[in-house]
Amino acid sequence: MSDKIIQITEMNKWFGDFQVLKNINLEVEKNKKIVVCGPSGSGKSTLIRCINRLEEHQQGSIIVDGNELTEDTKDIEKIRAEVGMVFQQFNLFPHLSILDNCTLAPIWVKKMPKKNAEELALQHLEKVQIADQASKYPGQLSGGQQQRCAIARALCMEPKIMLFDEPTSALDPEMIKEVLDAMVNLAKAGMTMIVVTHEMGFAKEVADEVIFMDEGMIVERAETKEFFAHPKSDRTKLFLSQIL
Amino acid sequence: MNKLNFLQPDKNNFNTYLYTGVILVALSIFIVFLNSFFNKDIISFLPGSISFFLPLILGFIGLHLIRIDYSGLKFLDAINKNINTNNFNAFLSLLIVFVVIKSLPPLLSWFILDANIAGDSKDVCTGTGACWTYIKIWFNRFMYGMYPNAEQWRINLSFIALAFLGTIGFFATEKFKKYLTLYYVAVYPVIAFFFIFFFISGGPIFFDFSYGIIAAVISIIIGFFIPSKFKMYYFIIVPITLYILLKYVFFYEELIELGKLESLEWVETGAWGGLSLTFIVSFFCLIFCFPIGLFLSLGRRSDFPIIKYFSIGMIEFWRGVPLITVLFMSSVMFPMFLPEDMFIDKLVRVIIAISLFEAAYVAEVIRGGLQALPRGQYDAAKSLGMGYWKMHILVILPQALKLVIPGIANTFLALVKDTPLIFVVGLLEIVGMLNLAKTNPEWLGFAMEGYVFASVLFFIICYAMSKYSYNLEQKYKTER
Repeated sequence: MSDKIIQITEMNKWFGDFQVLKNINLEVEKNKKIVVCGPSGSGKSTLIRCINRLEEHQQGSIIVDGNELTEDTKDIEKIRAEVGMVFQQFNLFPHLSILDNCTLAPIWVKKMPKKNAEELALQHLEKVQIADQASKYPGQLSGGQQQRCAIARALCMEPKIMLFDEPTSALDPEMIKEVLDAMVNLAKAGMTMIVVTHEMGFAKEVADEVIFMDEGMIVERAETKEFFAHPKSDRTKLFLSQIL
Repeated sequence: MNKLNFLQPDKNNFNTYLYTGVILVALSIFIVFLNSFFNKDIISFLPGSISFFLPLILGFIGLHLIRIDYSGLKFLDAINKNINTNNFNAFLSLLIVFVVIKSLPPLLSWFILDANIAGDSKDVCTGTGACWTYIKIWFNRFMYGMYPNAEQWRINLSFIALAFLGTIGFFATEKFKKYLTLYYVAVYPVIAFFFIFFFISGGPIFFDFSYGIIAAVISIIIGFFIPSKFKMYYFIIVPITLYILLKYVFFYEELIELGKLESLEWVETGAWGGLSLTFIVSFFCLIFCFPIGLFLSLGRRSDFPIIKYFSIGMIEFWRGVPLITVLFMSSVMFPMFLPEDMFIDKLVRVIIAISLFEAAYVAEVIRGGLQALPRGQYDAAKSLGMGYWKMHILVILPQALKLVIPGIANTFLALVKDTPLIFVVGLLEIVGMLNLAKTNPEWLGFAMEGYVFASVLFFIICYAMSKYSYNLEQKYKTER
């Protein structure tokens, strides 16, 4: 029980009349790396946005690190501080330098002294290999560098879980690798990760399990090797044949 | 086909064309110049209509001749690239130059050559030009309104001191740079208020309002030691109790006498006026309308229905009524709703009215900036664990406000130019004083000079503000 860091049971979500997520049951253990894949519009992004409550679910329960996400969770900000997120569009703060992007939340949310926050930020920037860009502004960086900065920014909050929402979809092909490398390193360091991605190479390399979603439902969940070698449902087979 | 194509220059006759063209243009300008400045028409031997158009035609041909691509002459290339790109532009350029030359002499003669400034009565103004004597004699009134002459040093001193305190930002060392925002937002307005209240008005240190300030300060200081659970109740109950205690238990009247600065004569706000009043009203309205507008714009996007509809109501109400009626209401209707012993100064009411009115505009401008931000910025801030206020103060507002600097500057300029409307409640700032002065039987017939004078002053103020806003824009520019 204790090592189940995320528990989603019987979760349903609607956008107006349209049901985006249907009867989702998902448990994630600590230090596991999960890749979520599926065709566009299948609700992958909505699912992981529900995990840190950027979207509200209407039915069922989501328990993150022992805290249930409900409408009156006053500690929602605390949970969000423990769950890092990386977006498709980077979403760096364009009015702040790279270093300030990374230190903003530690200083103001975690009340960390500025010096410590900067040291920490430089450490993480070093890990994703853009420490030399620290004083530049996001607009001056390439897409790949921006996305790596976004990863470092999320890591600076020292989260227990990292969510990746199609982190490489908005990148030029030659920049995808540098971002994936950063993510592989992170995975090797033992972070709990949930990654929505179309990069099957990445899934094969680091994922413990792969989840296939379609039409708001979890169609299949399997160990990585099993998933690629012997997909069970026809829908999964079709998807894999198209994407690989 | 352009019929003038055969006149196009080439390498061989380059100089011929250049000199002929320059001479023709110079000649045309010379003709207009002589006509305009010395009233001499050297081509009057020609029939009327031709002599009227001749300079235009000459100049037009001249400009056509000097339209030589890549001539190698820097100045010529610059002219060709900017004002002489084609026949139509050449024609327009000539026309503008001629109009300027034509209108210079009458303007010069009105403003300077035929104008009078000597003497101290209407009688010296015999010329056809402006009568600056009028401005000179009334200058004091235009600047200070009905403020007693002997006391005007108080206004001067206050404004000089405030101007100096306002420029402190330029001299601040690195160490104090980070406190500058706090200084300008919180400290400077308070200093300005005290200068104006104690010095210009000569008010007592203990006035009705000061009990509120004292109560607020004391309760905030004690507030630091109150557990956050009870803070809500604390901040509602304690300041009010303190205020009542201070006002009714202590001896109010005696304290008022005690607080007066002995040597300063009390000058009521009705006597204030002129440019100094324009400054005072504009300054406080600018300071108040911005935060009010900011909160209204945030309130309008709030999830709480009460806050949301309150904000929408405020914005739509203040935007929907004319300023002149708002001012009128503030002076006539508003006091009826107040308890009988309560008195709020006319100037204060006017400042509140204008601030609320302009705040509605500021709110909508800021809302435009908020809507321009991509949703991802909110997502990113939330995902880092920031709450509503941290998200807005650290991430959203810095970006949104940067976007709306031009719009805010626009609103502020409009505000400054709206201040003359306070004449409806009997406060006479500079335009009000002009209207008063022009009806003075001793000085009838000089409205023009007064309005020109006021226009120039307003232009200087507004242009400075617009320049400043442009500087701010440049300063905070970052790539997206």
